[in-house]
Amino acid sequence: MQTFNFKVNGEERSVEGFGMARLLDVLREQLHLTGTKEGCGEGECGACTVIIDGQIVNSCLVPLGQVNGAEITTIEGVARNGELHAVQQAFIDHGGAQCGICTPGMVLAAVDLLKRNSEPNETEIRNGLAGNLCRCTGYMKIFESVVRAYQK
Amino acid sequence: MPPSLADALALLNTEPGVWKPFAGGTDLMVLLEAGKLDHRNYVNIWGLNELRGIDVTDTHVTLGALTTYTEVQAHPVLQSEFPMLCQAASETGGLAIQNRGTLGGNIVNASPAADSPPALLVYDAEIELISTRGSRWLPYNGFHTGYKQMTIAPDELLARIRLPRTTRGASHYYRKVGTRKAQAISKVCFAGLARIDQGHIEDVRIALGSVAPIIVRCVETENGLRGRASGAETTQAACASLSREISPIDDIRSTAKYRLQVAQNLLTDFLSTLKT
Amino acid sequence: MDHPIGKPVPRKEGRKKVTGQALYIDDLSYPDMLHAVTVRSPAARGKITNITFGGDIPWDEFTIVTAKDIPGANYVALILNDQPYLADGFVNHPEEPVVLLAHPDKYLLEEARRNVALEIEPQPPIFSLADSLAKKQIIWGEDNVFKKFLVDKGNVDDAWANADFIVEGEYETGAQEQLYIENNGAIAIANETDGVTVWGSMQCPYYVHKALVKLFGLPEEKIRIIQTETGGGFGGKEEYPSLIAGHAALLAWKSGKPVKMIYDRAEDMVATTKRHPSRTRHKSAVTREGKLLAMEIDFVIDGGAYCTLSPVVLSRGTIHAAGPYVCPNVRIHSRAVATNVPPHGAFRGFGAPQSIFALERHIDKVAQTVGLTPEEFRRRNFIHEGETTATSQIIRERIDMDHLLTRALELSDYHAKRERFARENNASNGRFSKKRGIGFASFMHGAGFTGSGEVYLQSVVSAEATADGKVRILAASTEIGQGTNTIFSQIASETLGLDFDSIEIVQPDTSHVPNSGPTVASRTSMVVGKLVESAVMGLKQTLAGSGLLPEKYSESEFKKACADYIAKFGSLKTSSTYQPPPNVHWDDEKYQGDAYGAYAWAIYVAEVSFDELTYEARVEDFVALQEVGRVLNPVLAAGQIEGGVAQAIGFTLFENVVWKDGRMANNQMTNYIIPTPADIPPIRVFFEENPYAYGPGGAKGIGELPMDGAAPAILNAIEHATGISFNQVPLMPETLIEAFV
Repeated sequence: MQTFNFKVNGEERSVEGFGMARLLDVLREQLHLTGTKEGCGEGECGACTVIIDGQIVNSCLVPLGQVNGAEITTIEGVARNGELHAVQQAFIDHGGAQCGICTPGMVLAAVDLLKRNSEPNETEIRNGLAGNLCRCTGYMKIFESVVRAYQK
Repeated sequence: MPPSLADALALLNTEPGVWKPFAGGTDLMVLLEAGKLDHRNYVNIWGLNELRGIDVTDTHVTLGALTTYTEVQAHPVLQSEFPMLCQAASETGGLAIQNRGTLGGNIVNASPAADSPPALLVYDAEIELISTRGSRWLPYNGFHTGYKQMTIAPDELLARIRLPRTTRGASHYYRKVGTRKAQAISKVCFAGLARIDQGHIEDVRIALGSVAPIIVRCVETENGLRGRASGAETTQAACASLSREISPIDDIRSTAKYRLQVAQNLLTDFLSTLKT
Repeated sequence: MDHPIGKPVPRKEGRKKVTGQALYIDDLSYPDMLHAVTVRSPAARGKITNITFGGDIPWDEFTIVTAKDIPGANYVALILNDQPYLADGFVNHPEEPVVLLAHPDKYLLEEARRNVALEIEPQPPIFSLADSLAKKQIIWGEDNVFKKFLVDKGNVDDAWANADFIVEGEYETGAQEQLYIENNGAIAIANETDGVTVWGSMQCPYYVHKALVKLFGLPEEKIRIIQTETGGGFGGKEEYPSLIAGHAALLAWKSGKPVKMIYDRAEDMVATTKRHPSRTRHKSAVTREGKLLAMEIDFVIDGGAYCTLSPVVLSRGTIHAAGPYVCPNVRIHSRAVATNVPPHGAFRGFGAPQSIFALERHIDKVAQTVGLTPEEFRRRNFIHEGETTATSQIIRERIDMDHLLTRALELSDYHAKRERFARENNASNGRFSKKRGIGFASFMHGAGFTGSGEVYLQSVVSAEATADGKVRILAASTEIGQGTNTIFSQIASETLGLDFDSIEIVQPDTSHVPNSGPTVASRTSMVVGKLVESAVMGLKQTLAGSGLLPEKYSESEFKKACADYIAKFGSLKTSSTYQPPPNVHWDDEKYQGDAYGAYAWAIYVAEVSFDELTYEARVEDFVALQEVGRVLNPVLAAGQIEGGVAQAIGFTLFENVVWKDGRMANNQMTNYIIPTPADIPPIRVFFEENPYAYGPGGAKGIGELPMDGAAPAILNAIEHATGISFNQVPLMPETLIEAFV
């Protein structure tokens, strides 16, 4: 067991654990940030997406040992002071979320996409979200939500 | 986590075979979670800046082994001179994987279905292996000797990948065939490069993935094509040669028949794009 | 919002979901909780001769449950009760549960699971529907047949002699994994004093309740089932949660501690239910003028090792097998048969996508034989108001399939594309090209339980008012992403003239929420929504009857009336029980009569490309036009259609379950391929609105419909593109290549 220090949603956190523990488990079980979901455990579905140092990653594939000193944003850190991010609001208003299990990862991927590209076209949206699988929506309403979010 | 590259190499040297280098985790974490790795000791090299960066000289582009797929795609020289490498990087997993997966990892993971090795083979990549004993450069072609087998010693680390800047004026043809457009594991992957000189095929290079225990550079097929004019006869001979150089199998992702035929189709299509 | 019905009201629980606050089963934990795993059969069929607990494992720390620990009956109570909770001496399929383990440390638990060895003396298994029908082994009952139906209308045998053409065809569909992104899971607390409580991801809390009453042999009030936020179901959480809830509860019962059992993806894919594979044979008699004279249909589905829901799946597939056509003579013979694979189960569409695939491919073939276009042949045979279906149900809805077809073909630019693609496909340039094609399917889907099913269910919904004037809806119908919470709130809000936010949906919990029936069969909006409407109407009538509420009232007057009523009488709660619409008659013996109260009607048009280089077919554009009564919420409704079409595209071109000795070999999301955001074409959704008199606000069912039409529309389009007739799904490039090489 070792101690690892990093920031989560702007807060300094200190965690005891094994270097090879999955960040996903650390977030969910030790920090009780259960908004990050596990869908496949192999980096295929994107439900466990978080942002580390400005880049989206699959937290099921990141060992704790690699986040020392990092800044992590999870879904719990996307809304600020109770005010939803434009992407979150658009997902509610335009049907981007159905069962909700892919939604945290999908929202983070969309937030990241709009940070890199403020007005993505349809192909760019599709590619930007290609690592996030949804089984409910058929993606149409997710694409629309992303467009509505940046049009706001 | 070792504080420096020297520390990492020292660790690999004192207990060779005990420690497994661990970079972006996009392959190893999957196996670990699935209980398919017995290995207990990992040396985390993700933080070693000595293994990062893309360096361009007049003759070569040299990439640190930890260069991510995202970094590959963003580099202007790679975009203009090594477009197949950029395309391979853009078709590997989704963005979250591309932010973490590394070129070095893609090589030493030694999957016959890896996306960037066919491009690297065609670009005549060389790789640098380092250890406390020193450094050695070797051609990437020949590095993989069998399924998941490579010519790397237990104390060695893949440090850099070097691409000679000899591609200007050449045609590049890369096609990854997976069942879906993104997040796919390839069923056949084809990389081809050629130059046409006075109506004849010159400097032709062909590599394929997912059709043999290793990614294969199809030297015999290249030799057969060199100096010939493109045309139906040339294509037919090349396809026959190609089918001798690859050995596709049936597995849960595809069939030997499909792979063999699509490999030949891709070769045919590649040759048809060459204007002689 | 005034009159929320028909408006794009935002999802009730949307905020929780986009902020990560929604709590799913794996997000919950209890003090002293144990984790749990299942030890499963490595063999497909055989006698269990020994179970050994080996390795360097502190076994005394583990709670271990086998069949002998079951306090009640060792079967999952459903239809035939043939599936054991834990195999007792004999296994009938790979991955069948045999031993359950619980321990506080989930990593040690994983090690322990690997160190339980099951010795099984193998017996010959059968894995295919054909082998089961041929009785290569008898593995279930006397003849491997779980259930059969015969629908017989007119006289098929006499029709063949009068036919100008007789057209035959055979069609196959494969298994499909539901692949909800949240895996199955449950948490249980159980002891003799308090009974059994289970929280879980599920569609049907009362199915689980019924099963656990039998498993524990306890009175109904001692079993409590609570649905937690559920990350998708699609049928995959209809019957399976009874099994995992029972397993968690058995371990909790024995250990005296809370037990959490969560499957990982590999286990969920390899062990839980999938869509029934099917084989359908058609034989049709047709006149020179293109009129159907007779249809003989032989429909078979592979049920897997135990009966589970196969009879009901078979029933729906059977009734939908002859589609929206009028034909005087129809005989449908159907069977659900046993094989030694994990039981197949509920999946959106429930047998209908299988039989509709066969029919809509076959109709194109019949049209071609007669020399008519697919369009013209269908127009000559569409059913109309007043005509009868295969079960002799008289259609009383004002349905105009001709109009739907005309509109769908316009929306998709069908005629121009059909002509242009045919021309361009012919102009070969000698290189590999992309061929293009366009095709469609016409179909209907019955909403609610089949035949007398809704009458047997006797569903109940309650509504209660609180002293501060909120209205709470109590229904066991679950929100699984499809929008139950929002739709029920809209209906209640509309009926009472109250603000949308004044309506609360109570979490499904069998201890105090009545049984509104299972969340299946496209019945939640149409059937249960109607009960919500009448239950809240009861509140209004009670208040009015007691003189506390004027005929026309404001929100504040309603609130005051509730407060006054509750002050006077203590509480205000009303319930509503299902009443069938008038003139609905169903004969379970003859399988004739009014199969469904209402149908949704649809035309789906697919445009495809076929790449000669890679033998890959892709959908490039998709038009989905349907008549579903009144649309209650256009965003949710379109979301259902888009999601269903995407799932159906997966079923058609991507999702191939690779079987090896009765076990799914590609049980990973890496190797079982579902479409990503980069793979789904534009799905353009259109509605025709034709209010249904017995649905709330005029609504009919919608959830399963979009699963039905895509597969045949896509294969019809592929035939247009390639000139080759393919009759199986999934249609992978590895199959397509066979027609060319």
